Amino acid sequence: MKLTVGVVDFGMGNIQSVINGFEAIGKEVKKISSPSELSDLHGIVLPGVGAFAQGMESLKRLGFDEYLYNEVVIKNKPFLGICLGLQLLATSGSEHGEHEGLNWISGKVELMKVNSSNKKVRIPHIGWNNIKNLSENTFFKDIKENPDFYFVHSYSFVPQDKSVITSLCNHGDDFVSSIQKGNIIATQFHPEKSQVNGLKLLKNWYEMIENA
Amino acid sequence: MLKTRLIPVLLLKNGLLVRSEGFEIHQIIGNPINEVDRFNQWNVDELIYIDISEGDKYDLGRDDSKLKGLNDPLDILKAVSKNCLMPLTWGGRIKDLDDIHERISFGADKVTINSQAFKNPSLITEGAKKFGSQAIVVNIDVFKNSEGVFEVYIDRGKNPTGESPESWAKKVQDLGAGEILLQSINNDGLAKGYDLDLISKVTSAVNIPVIALGGVGEFSDYPKGIHAGASAVAAANLWHFKELADRLGKKSLREAGIEVRS
Repeated sequence: MKLTVGVVDFGMGNIQSVINGFEAIGKEVKKISSPSELSDLHGIVLPGVGAFAQGMESLKRLGFDEYLYNEVVIKNKPFLGICLGLQLLATSGSEHGEHEGLNWISGKVELMKVNSSNKKVRIPHIGWNNIKNLSENTFFKDIKENPDFYFVHSYSFVPQDKSVITSLCNHGDDFVSSIQKGNIIATQFHPEKSQVNGLKLLKNWYEMIENA
Repeated sequence: MLKTRLIPVLLLKNGLLVRSEGFEIHQIIGNPINEVDRFNQWNVDELIYIDISEGDKYDLGRDDSKLKGLNDPLDILKAVSKNCLMPLTWGGRIKDLDDIHERISFGADKVTINSQAFKNPSLITEGAKKFGSQAIVVNIDVFKNSEGVFEVYIDRGKNPTGESPESWAKKVQDLGAGEILLQSINNDGLAKGYDLDLISKVTSAVNIPVIALGGVGEFSDYPKGIHAGASAVAAANLWHFKELADRLGKKSLREAGIEVRS
């Protein structure tokens, strides 16, 4: 069976980068601009470069929020959230005021905590950083220890249930760099921009769908 | 721990890559799309493209040339991002939110805004509100006059603004910029090293990351930029004229005790 995987285009994302990333591992993915297209997919990617409130507003305006809920939470379709696509899963976010998120995973998205007297640790957190305490799961299969990934963000997710955390990263303080709750996987970093390590994760995720 | 970034800056003029000196001399050195493959193979940390063409239209007039450019800078962005499996920042010709949106949707992770940020500071705020601060880089070009006073210049180094780099840097931070690309006009293309005084002044004035640019001639100039306070070091010309520019640049940083990505 040929798989159809879609990348949600809600006007916020670096859609093309994600599509290019999958192409680099020989997998074709579809750009999804209308919620009604979601039901035909075997896997859904929610990317995102953007602010929390704008992201939610766009998802709602285009009607993606309810359709995504139905496909991912009710029908348990494989889901990969990237950066803002991770943060939007939270109950709420505090970027430019308090805003409601999709609330699929309880918790808050908050401004990263750093000690302002340390000029070396600046916000936004931009660049390559290693993640640690990786959970043993299929998503991280064949990833070496302390791998570097590319991050570009100022806010991070603080989940209520710590068991969803699958890796941590440190920038001034430890923060959540990836989560998993059943079929829902999400990364704060950008696998599509993280060269070898990142492409490996995209491949692992795709193969999880193929092998399901 | 966050690794210190080493960043090639590629300057585009009328669709072709150029090397720059003193913001005035621009010499064609190659095809912008072929370069990405090289940088991909090297696994560089990030790429910054800045379109420094003047006027609204691309006037190539170079159909006879082997170095064929593309007519629309956004076509170049599309072609570049296709092969760019690393972070990409795109600058030049950004006038409004639509321009930012277009660049991000074509594959840029961040945009860098220069003159327009000064002429219309609300663009920084609006951009940060819509795309997040992390996506909005403000490019600050600085000229040091004969009395040693620093001043921000815009319009490709042509027009003085009367602003000091520290005060403008603070303002763009407050307006919502996520990063500053700080360039010395005096040192551009001279290969004599960064203006360390400028880096130190600006990085002390703000809490957002600052990328240093302008003047790198030797790999040993990089660690000096970091020790002066920069969060990342960038160079343009050097990447085209030195062999193993990434590996040796990283080596120089590492030997100075700065953590880089291997």
